[in-house]
Amino acid sequence: MIQVLNLLLGGVFHAAALFLVAAGLQLVFGVQKILNLACGSFYALGAYAGITAVTTALAAGVPPPLFVLVLIATGVALGVLGPPIERLLRTIYDRDEAFQLLLTFALVLMLEDVIRFVWGAAPYQLGGVYLLYGQVRLGAVSIPVYNFVVIAAGLAIAAGMGVVLTRTRFGRIVRATAENRGMAQALGVDMTRISTRVFTLGLVLGTVGGALVIPAGAAVNEMGIELIVEAFAVVVIGGLGSMRGAFAGSLIVGVLKAVAIALYPEAEMLAVYLIVIAVLLLRPAGLFARATA
Amino acid sequence: MTGALVLAAAVAAAAVVPLTGRDYYATLMLPFFAYSVALLGLNLMFGTTGLLSFGHALFLAVGGYTAAYLGSALRVRSLEAMLVVAMVAAVVVAVPVGWLCVRYVRIYFGMLTLAFGMLFYSFLYKFYALTGGDEGIPVARPLLLGRAFGDLDKTGYLVGPYYYYSLALCVVAALTMWRIVRSPLGLSLRAIRENADKAAYVGVRVRRYRFYAFVIAAVFAAAGGVLLVVPTGLASPTLAYWTHSGNLVFMLLLGGFSHFFGPVLGAFVFIFLQDQVMSVTEYWRFVFGVVLAAVVIFLPHGLMSLVVRRVDA
Repeated sequence: MIQVLNLLLGGVFHAAALFLVAAGLQLVFGVQKILNLACGSFYALGAYAGITAVTTALAAGVPPPLFVLVLIATGVALGVLGPPIERLLRTIYDRDEAFQLLLTFALVLMLEDVIRFVWGAAPYQLGGVYLLYGQVRLGAVSIPVYNFVVIAAGLAIAAGMGVVLTRTRFGRIVRATAENRGMAQALGVDMTRISTRVFTLGLVLGTVGGALVIPAGAAVNEMGIELIVEAFAVVVIGGLGSMRGAFAGSLIVGVLKAVAIALYPEAEMLAVYLIVIAVLLLRPAGLFARATA
Repeated sequence: MTGALVLAAAVAAAAVVPLTGRDYYATLMLPFFAYSVALLGLNLMFGTTGLLSFGHALFLAVGGYTAAYLGSALRVRSLEAMLVVAMVAAVVVAVPVGWLCVRYVRIYFGMLTLAFGMLFYSFLYKFYALTGGDEGIPVARPLLLGRAFGDLDKTGYLVGPYYYYSLALCVVAALTMWRIVRSPLGLSLRAIRENADKAAYVGVRVRRYRFYAFVIAAVFAAAGGVLLVVPTGLASPTLAYWTHSGNLVFMLLLGGFSHFFGPVLGAFVFIFLQDQVMSVTEYWRFVFGVVLAAVVIFLPHGLMSLVVRRVDA
């Protein structure tokens, strides 16, 4: 029983980070209709920058328990990259999807080397803060409290996104744009501004996700291109453009992966892709097709 | 007519490369031939039919692993046998995968092919006993037309008989694809790309023809995969990874998907540019990202559009 709980918590922990990246993917797809392959790279960027920021902050005398705030701040600060990247993507909004996909692939290539250039090719780790908040003992297993912090942060951001999208003026505009771009524009929505903001928000979700998850592991060069295929599985399962879909999809993928690793490690990603293919074939619009953005 | 002369000159130039004694450049030509074969097929799907696959490296891997498996486990040494079996294996895989994929178009087609590619990748990566896992399977030097060329060392073999074998295969692949593109099938595929509804209206069986294009592209890719793994001597799971599929589409776009020889030019420029950039900086991915972005934004019809006006893929 405890083992199962431990397993599920591990899955949910992974799902929390996955949700943030997938939510960014959905938001950008909803408004700009671009499937952004680079959002995995944003995640990697957040992770690397997070390690550097926390190390610097601790050296400068910031009280260690505040490191989680430093991580979130780093993710948010990386938002400055949003507007210039969006400006680049703006050149191809009215082109075929093939070109849009390839331009984001170009970003993947560039960002991978930017990370290699700044932080090197060796795994990069943030030592000593993961267990700072202690551990919860459940029978034979102990779970770091930090895992709960990340899960809580993921839930809080999901709830916050829900409120922003459904209750605020900005959210209404975003949903209207996702529903019908031309009509929204005709009604006076400044498309340039909304695109910039939505893209930046999507990027920040990814960088915050990467920053939050990194105390539990090591940053490696390939983490971005590996995560993107998972995030992509999430959005296919949940349905492209659907926020609720991203939430459910990341739980499915996170938990499925955890269960597969425990039962039959060979099937870790195989199981995920099989579900993706099944969903694409049986419900191509995803499990949560109707909800837009 | 000038086109035919240029082509003849290009093939002749390729044929004299090994004679110049600069073995390094001759060995760089080998992946170029392999990718050319694969890309000629891929372009039947993208350039001719208008379907963007982001998982086509799956079939390169099918070819590469077939060659490796035949050589190491079954002791089959003949390259012709490897090519035939690889192409048959590609059909066996492409029929169910293609049948499922062609039910979708645009972004969903891209995503489904990517998912299948990654499915195969994780199979190759995780099932160690069968596929060698992350280490892959070594590829022994195959016999060419039954001859071992035992008196040649590895480089001598690669820049000698194997080089001309690859070149010949590349020419055969181009001639075959030229026939396909100009056949009624090719015409129907172009009609589907331009307007699938209208094509269906005049009697083209859209889904079936897309399926044919998918399977043909897979067969070309598998042949390219066999050619690709012989020089490197290894079939590894990265062959099927999604970034490899991305690079294939990159080459296609770089050369120009709307011209028949665009993919070949793309493969050539990609490989030699990669070699040059890598000798200058280890950050070649960044440079290539910039190149790809520039091509996408400023040169959507690729380098070929700088050379020729005519668009006929």
